[in-house]
Amino acid sequence: MAKTLEEINEKIRKGQVVVVTAEEMVDVVAEKGPKGAADAIDVVTTGTFGPMCSSGAMMNVGHPQPRIKLGGGQVRLNRVPAYAGLAAVDVYIGATAIPDDDPRNAVFPGEFRYGGGHVIEDLAAGRRVLLEATAYGTDCYPRREIATWITLKELNEAYLLNPRNGYQNYNVAVNRSDRTIYTYMGTLKAQLGSANYCSAGQLSPLLNDPHYRTVGVGSRIFLGGGIGYVVWHGTQHSPGAKRNERGVPMGGAGTLAVLGDLKQMDSKWLRGASFRGYGATLIVGLGIPIPVLDEEIAAQTGISDSEIAAPVVDYSGPYPERRPEVICHVSYAQLKCGQIEAEGKTIPTTPLSSYPRAQEIAGTLKEWIIGGKFELSAPVAGLPGADSGMVMGPMPDSPPDQADIGR
Amino acid sequence: MKVAHRIVLHFPPAATDQPIIYRLSKDYDLVFNILKASVSPQEEGLMVLDLSGEEADYQRGAEYLRKHGVQLQPLVQDIRKNDDRCVDCGACVGVCPTEALTLERPSMRVLFDPDQCVVCGECVPCCPVEAMELRF
Ligand code: SF4
Ligand code: SF4
Repeated sequence: MAKTLEEINEKIRKGQVVVVTAEEMVDVVAEKGPKGAADAIDVVTTGTFGPMCSSGAMMNVGHPQPRIKLGGGQVRLNRVPAYAGLAAVDVYIGATAIPDDDPRNAVFPGEFRYGGGHVIEDLAAGRRVLLEATAYGTDCYPRREIATWITLKELNEAYLLNPRNGYQNYNVAVNRSDRTIYTYMGTLKAQLGSANYCSAGQLSPLLNDPHYRTVGVGSRIFLGGGIGYVVWHGTQHSPGAKRNERGVPMGGAGTLAVLGDLKQMDSKWLRGASFRGYGATLIVGLGIPIPVLDEEIAAQTGISDSEIAAPVVDYSGPYPERRPEVICHVSYAQLKCGQIEAEGKTIPTTPLSSYPRAQEIAGTLKEWIIGGKFELSAPVAGLPGADSGMVMGPMPDSPPDQADIGR
Repeated sequence: MKVAHRIVLHFPPAATDQPIIYRLSKDYDLVFNILKASVSPQEEGLMVLDLSGEEADYQRGAEYLRKHGVQLQPLVQDIRKNDDRCVDCGACVGVCPTEALTLERPSMRVLFDPDQCVVCGECVPCCPVEAMELRF
């Protein structure tokens, strides 16, 4: 029998709601079938904890006396450059920003020990962060420089605003070349010596709602240990990606833009990270509840790792050169076993995205819902689906001619 | 003057199937004792060994290794895994040449066994959250 979201929320208020994690749902559906599962279960919780470069924090740092116009000036947080092309004291710090004097890859592979993601972790942990800024000075904002320690609780507003999180599925990265390569997918050993993947598979949010039937703009979610919202489809959202017979994308596909109050969050779920030879980033904890409105949703939340395939891509040539070349597809069940077969070779696998933390997030969200602390919200607008025709395009290739340069 | 060094050697793929260590003893008069090795043909390899002999021979031997693309690194003292920082991402498991770092299944937690660790230090720069700590 189909349910409405309001009926589910009513059950949450009455303490009668039945919630399982997406991992537990696999067994429920196997045992009761989709129909029985839809009758028995109200909500399925998902989770993922992995590096998500397109993340950052927006904050209002308050006005000093006398005032300063950071907008158009230069701002550093613990020496990491932040974006200030906004009103006077609004600042955005991106996860991959690094100090100007970081050696980067000058000695290869660089370490990238501290960046924007670490600033966000420090703020979330309540640690003080040094703000240093210079400005040009105006009649209304006369000050030209400032340096002060700031802490999260002193900021007027601070919210995570991540343009792209929760990729619906992802590549498995390998390296066919003769040297070790250092990528955002971690260190990849030569001659297919390692295969790194980065998805929670059956626990991953959008893999449990492959057609975006319940997740949309306005969905309330677990973000960084606090409550957040889906605010838009994420950048590079590509719902038209190839799907298997169960409708599950066989690669990249959907993404989410999310927002949440940093003041509620916990540094346990927001961790600055360094990828050798690649850069700094932020590991983000994200969890989304899926209301089991009907049999079809029950069936899809019951999909297991063996039914989700990921494309194996060579990061030594085809990826950097943007050649759409896939070596083969492997299932998350195979990936989690520890080795895959490709091109006649047995390759050891490494997760990157933490499955135990994904379980913990799905479990926490489950407790919040059962405890009546978290109600589900109906999206106010859907995410573009497979029929939207939306695809991720390349960068325009229109080099300027001589007359354009220096205009 | 006699010297003895405990060192870690990193072999590029091309060098692993050459009898490099044998040459050290034959041409440079160095005595070696291999403590751990993970070298297989056509892959990058790693070896921990004690190398001793005359200082001048040792220096010439080291030069010979470098010329063949082998990196030398002194062996550090101790590696620890800080479980408060570790996020079980597994990134270190792939680079660990021994079975010191393993993924327990099906829990998918990363376990560290100090007894298997050859203290090569490979996991340290590769851990995204600085959970593998090096102590000298
Ligand atoms: S130092 Fe790290 S990589 Fe090297 S053997 Fe020990 S645990 Fe493995
Ligand atoms: S790389 Fe670091 S965080 Fe990841 S499992 Fe190893 S020790 Fe833990």
